[in-house]
Amino acid sequence: MTKPAEFYQRDTARHPPAFTPDYKTSYARSPRFSLISLDQGVGEVTGPTFGHGDIDAGDNDLLSNYAQPGQSPIGERIILHGRVLDENTRPVPNTLVEIWQANAGGRYRHKNDRYLAPIDVNFGGCGRTLTDDEGHYHFRTVKPGAYPWRNRVNDWRPAHVHFSVFGTAFCQRLITQCYFEGDPLIPRCPIVQTIPDPDAITGLTAKLDMNATIPLDTIAYRFDIVLRGRRATLFENRMEGT
Amino acid sequence: MMADDLGYLKETASQTAGPYVHIGLAPGAAGFDIYDQELGWDIAGPNAAGERIRVQGRVIDGTGSPVKDVLLEVWQANAAGHFAHPDGGGEVEDGFRGWGRVITDFQTGDWAFDTVKPGPCPGRNGATQAPHLNLWIVARGINLGLHTRMYFADEGAANAADPVLTMIEWENRRTTLLAERVEGDGPATYRFDIRLQGDGETVFFDI
Repeated sequence: MTKPAEFYQRDTARHPPAFTPDYKTSYARSPRFSLISLDQGVGEVTGPTFGHGDIDAGDNDLLSNYAQPGQSPIGERIILHGRVLDENTRPVPNTLVEIWQANAGGRYRHKNDRYLAPIDVNFGGCGRTLTDDEGHYHFRTVKPGAYPWRNRVNDWRPAHVHFSVFGTAFCQRLITQCYFEGDPLIPRCPIVQTIPDPDAITGLTAKLDMNATIPLDTIAYRFDIVLRGRRATLFENRMEGT
Repeated sequence: MMADDLGYLKETASQTAGPYVHIGLAPGAAGFDIYDQELGWDIAGPNAAGERIRVQGRVIDGTGSPVKDVLLEVWQANAAGHFAHPDGGGEVEDGFRGWGRVITDFQTGDWAFDTVKPGPCPGRNGATQAPHLNLWIVARGINLGLHTRMYFADEGAANAADPVLTMIEWENRRTTLLAERVEGDGPATYRFDIRLQGDGETVFFDI
């Protein structure tokens, strides 16, 4: 029987550290001790699985999944699509991708959001889908607006969509945010700037994708996601018991 | 997306889940009803064997205050020590998913979920891992989701032999991963407070 292989060690230089004082909320919510590195076992190299019985086909269409019949939300109509791959460049099929975002005015449909921009009655702001056999996902939505937030007195979030992705193992679990290329707020944002590596920030920036645009209808952006890859099992790697 | 000289891609960088994570992952809590079925509310369906337990606690920040906008995910084995995954070690009962999502009360920061107590599961190199829950914590102010484990304080012998607990160099930090059983009526209840920072800081893992 083939034993499941371990995943590559996480490259911490790609990720924000826990303590990032310019993002003030991290101050009291960041562990002071270092993380204890754990050799992966069965609970780390496995993770929850999802199927088409868990979601509905229309869950990935934010233009319609909360709209009144015959109506749609206000804002730029966009297709946001891409692939989920692993570090070995292999597609991650059939994995759950969930998104949430503000509406075109920068307002979230959340009981704790009190920004003065109005709620859009036709926009919920969340969607979910499973990647196909080649790791592709796509959503239809409106481009979210920028909005102010309480950090320094005049901080604004660039337009962004939050992404939650599973992969096949709990150690691949990832939440991130997708930005849109050309947004001048990206370099000014203390949350974006928690990431020390400029190349990693570029990786969070969706690119205008004219080839996926539907003429006279919906403009498209492409955002690919990379999850941790795992070793090939060419040699026994002493994970007895799994 | 660029590959390096050896052809590998780099993992996408993490960003905080932010204060409005509920919209995407638990929209009912955000205040609206959109999906026919929210995911993660049923960790161990009615067919799952084993002792029914409730786990409750708080996540506490470095000032000693409860974190009221946190989301936790749990990933656990069933009572036989199997995970619901093709490489999970064996069969699980129909309806046992072993995965759940938990959010805090926005006023108090209290959270709780119901499940079954997991069994011991295999560890590396022939070792046996004591019953435990794998937990993953995201919130505003947490830049990369935090992995930790909850063990059961009343499993003293199993815990003493657990390869992960015993690997923690500082014995006084191991107790941060132990949940105490709470006496009372109703289902067996375990209390697990997670301290992000400061006195009694919980052990978090890089897995």
